[in-house]
Amino acid sequence: MTQTGDIKTLKLDGRDVSARADETILQIARQNGIFIPTMCELEGLSSPGACRLCLVEVKGSSKLMPACLTHAEEGMEVTTGSERLVNYRRMIVELFFTERNHVCSVCVSNGNCELQSLAQKVGLTHVHFPYRFPGEQVDASHGRFIADHNRCILCTRCVRVCDEIEGAHTWDVMGRGIQSHVVTDLHEPWGASASCTGCGKCVQVCPTGALFEKGRSVAEMHKRRQFLPYLTLMREGRE
Amino acid sequence: MTPDELEQIAEKERAAQSECATELRVCVAAGCLSCQSDKVKDALDAEIRQRGIGGCRVKGVGCMGLCAEGPLVSTSKGKMYKLVQPSDAGAVLDTFDPGTQDKILPAHLHCPTDTPFFQSQQKIVLENSGIIDPERIEEYIARDGYSALMKALTEMTPQEVIAEITASGLRGRGGAGYPTGLKWSTVAKAAGAKKFVICNADEGDPGAFMDRSVLESDPHRVLEGMLIAACAVGAQEGYIYVRAEYPLAIKRLRTAIRQAERLGLLGANICGTRFSLHLDLRLGAGAFVCGEETALIASIEGQRGTPRARPPYPAISGLMGGPTLINNVETYANVAPILRKGGAWYAGIGTEKSKGTKVFALAGRVKNTGLVEVPMGITLRRMVFEIGGGIPEGRQFKAVQTGGPSGGCLPEAALDMPIEYESLAKAGSIMGSGGMIVMDESSCMVDVARYFMDFCMTESCGKCVPCRVGTYQMHRILTAITNMTATPKDLAMLEELCDLVKHTSLCGLGQSAPNPVISTLKSFAAEYKAHIEEHRCPAGVCGIDAEGDKA
Amino acid sequence: MSRKKLATVWLDGCSGCHMSFLDMDERLIELAAKAELVYSPLVDHKEFPPDVDVTLVEGAVSSEEDLHKIQTIRARTKCLVSLGDCAVTANVPGMRNPFPVIEVYDRAYRENTTLDPGEPNEVVPRLLPHARPVHEVVTVDVFVPGCPPSAGVIYEAVTALLEGKHPDLSAKTRFGA
Repeated sequence: MTQTGDIKTLKLDGRDVSARADETILQIARQNGIFIPTMCELEGLSSPGACRLCLVEVKGSSKLMPACLTHAEEGMEVTTGSERLVNYRRMIVELFFTERNHVCSVCVSNGNCELQSLAQKVGLTHVHFPYRFPGEQVDASHGRFIADHNRCILCTRCVRVCDEIEGAHTWDVMGRGIQSHVVTDLHEPWGASASCTGCGKCVQVCPTGALFEKGRSVAEMHKRRQFLPYLTLMREGRE
Repeated sequence: MTPDELEQIAEKERAAQSECATELRVCVAAGCLSCQSDKVKDALDAEIRQRGIGGCRVKGVGCMGLCAEGPLVSTSKGKMYKLVQPSDAGAVLDTFDPGTQDKILPAHLHCPTDTPFFQSQQKIVLENSGIIDPERIEEYIARDGYSALMKALTEMTPQEVIAEITASGLRGRGGAGYPTGLKWSTVAKAAGAKKFVICNADEGDPGAFMDRSVLESDPHRVLEGMLIAACAVGAQEGYIYVRAEYPLAIKRLRTAIRQAERLGLLGANICGTRFSLHLDLRLGAGAFVCGEETALIASIEGQRGTPRARPPYPAISGLMGGPTLINNVETYANVAPILRKGGAWYAGIGTEKSKGTKVFALAGRVKNTGLVEVPMGITLRRMVFEIGGGIPEGRQFKAVQTGGPSGGCLPEAALDMPIEYESLAKAGSIMGSGGMIVMDESSCMVDVARYFMDFCMTESCGKCVPCRVGTYQMHRILTAITNMTATPKDLAMLEELCDLVKHTSLCGLGQSAPNPVISTLKSFAAEYKAHIEEHRCPAGVCGIDAEGDKA
Repeated sequence: MSRKKLATVWLDGCSGCHMSFLDMDERLIELAAKAELVYSPLVDHKEFPPDVDVTLVEGAVSSEEDLHKIQTIRARTKCLVSLGDCAVTANVPGMRNPFPVIEVYDRAYRENTTLDPGEPNEVVPRLLPHARPVHEVVTVDVFVPGCPPSAGVIYEAVTALLEGKHPDLSAKTRFGA
């Protein structure tokens, strides 16, 4: 754990900031009001560094570093929003849109979707890569929830919250590359899952309308994910 | 087991071998075996027994290199026979049976060994390949096997072992070329109660079979390398992660581990010292990405084989969170000779920054396809035209692809470049694990790029977005170009995607996936242009006719 | 002052974007002073005229007729605007894209029809394999996402374009807005 006095000073977009050694660039940026886009990262869960949206430039490193996994170091000089990074981020958001079938206008999460608002934040008015239009399944077998794979962006938040917080590990990823899918148990219908506790944490952390509550119509799905950091905090306190 | 006991085993084996005047060695590695070399071996055996030739025996050995001409048979006197069929057993034996020695060997069986293919090679990793029986530990010991381990255990400190490896200048043979000595010393210094050594034998580049050959031909060499490494870094547990598509390599590794354990060269308190190492095999289930070290570790742990962000590097936090040394098969295979002959000896071979030798799997449009080991710094031209024997059927050379799907295609202009890590990288390719595919004028470079992109797209694990979706988009564009339906706008998009995927992907697979495209765009831009603007494939590979084959 | 030539067209869309256009209400009068509506589903012109300054396109490119139309329009327009999500992303018309066209025809003209089931073979234009965003077919100059974009956003876009400026709308509208 953190040792008191283990404080680093570094430069974030030219600003001098201080941080604990166990803090990530992303956390430090948020404390200082610097916006770095993220998608797979969620406070309270482990970060896989998979969406590549939070990549930043670190002086002296030829590689771009994920802000969610890179820790503060003394004298570090970090650039979070160069033209190149902005361009990459816009393209990554575009790739998200091309991968599955995101039809915002008829989505339960319209107006409350992290992908939708991120697109707006990065100034995306259209997707210049061609869409794939894959045929994806909708699993409505669960009593309370629906999984619509057309809207899944494979951020794996559901996988992690189910494993790390609920401890059920109902969700996991199946298949490779563009054929990857999140599945419940061993690719069985969600409703038939023996391990699912029906807690709904996966639904609440899902950034899009891929996982939602039954009975919600267009733009009616509001996700509540404030519980996560508290849950983690309380558990850490108990240990 | 003491050094003296080891020497006794070696002496006994050498004595037994010297009783035999002529040894007929039949390649029983996967290449020749697929041409039924086991039947050739049986036929030779039967023929010898029938003729009652004394002082003559037949044994199965590993790869002799010239895979194009298999099944290969050689004798301990240095003769070699190619394309031997079971029915040729009589003709082969005629050449050294005192009764029939004057008979002339049919020309198609004669395999000259004074050719550049054999003479330009320098064998360190493959020094025993094609000579010893890979399923007998005694033969390995008779050729100084495990003497380097003895030396490391009884005469050297771990620091001295690492210093020797560092002095040799050996670099990782898996592709990236990270200095091996530095990696070892990092793991040795890393804090952790339990450390691991891992051998990466998940060879997956299309056209590459170096590691398979080493494992099939000389498995003990890899075990000895791992033992020395474990002793140097302080590991007690090790894994060999070998792909399940290599059943023969797996079988021979299992045999080798059992034999080494029986002799006390592996297991608890090795050679009476406090050093213990338990080795186990883990079989890869066919995912290319599991050759990436963090994905490989995840796979050994029983997780989904996907890479994770580094740092922390496995040397600090790897398998089960312990400091972990991961090296490739060929890297470990270099260790024992380095300790036997000294780091300085090894550093004397090769170039300033790339020391020693490198094994290449020469494939594609060359006469002599097969496995070769050459000193670093040899030019690509010598590889293709001297060792490879040039392009068959009088065709024109077009490109040589190194480094598999992560590498690039080098044109004629790059042929005089020496083969070393830095120069290959500078030319837009990589050393890679040692696959080398030669292409002639009948290959369309766009189609080649499409092929490799198809590979990367299928093998992407799907964890990070640029690789998962970016490789799909690049493949879509390359397919459109080969179908003559692409526009200049698509080409611009392709370049944009190359840049994105290269710089933002999570692991080496994604970061290097655009390399075949980037290198062909650089050296063969005219071919792309012909497809897009003139709807014409200069090599005559792509087009409406070819579409049926592709579907 | 000479008025600019403005056109609007709908391809595969629901006409919602045109409704939103009409929602500009009194601002339409102001707009009429700056631009002449030379072609639109709202007015009776049969031929798409040449040299149009700004064309607003609603809807995705779904049929052979759409394709033909948009190519003509592109050739005759200086500034082509994708208006609304169907034009920008294929949106709802694109929801048929995961299915082969033949299945779409079956569902529309065979399975749900009791009277004379069968594909129409005249008058109704043939569907393309995919309903595609306009910019995948022709070059588009300005994108106005939204389903539909609000009247305010359309007003801002059109007035800017008539003045020869390139509007930045990313903060004001979004996919599905």
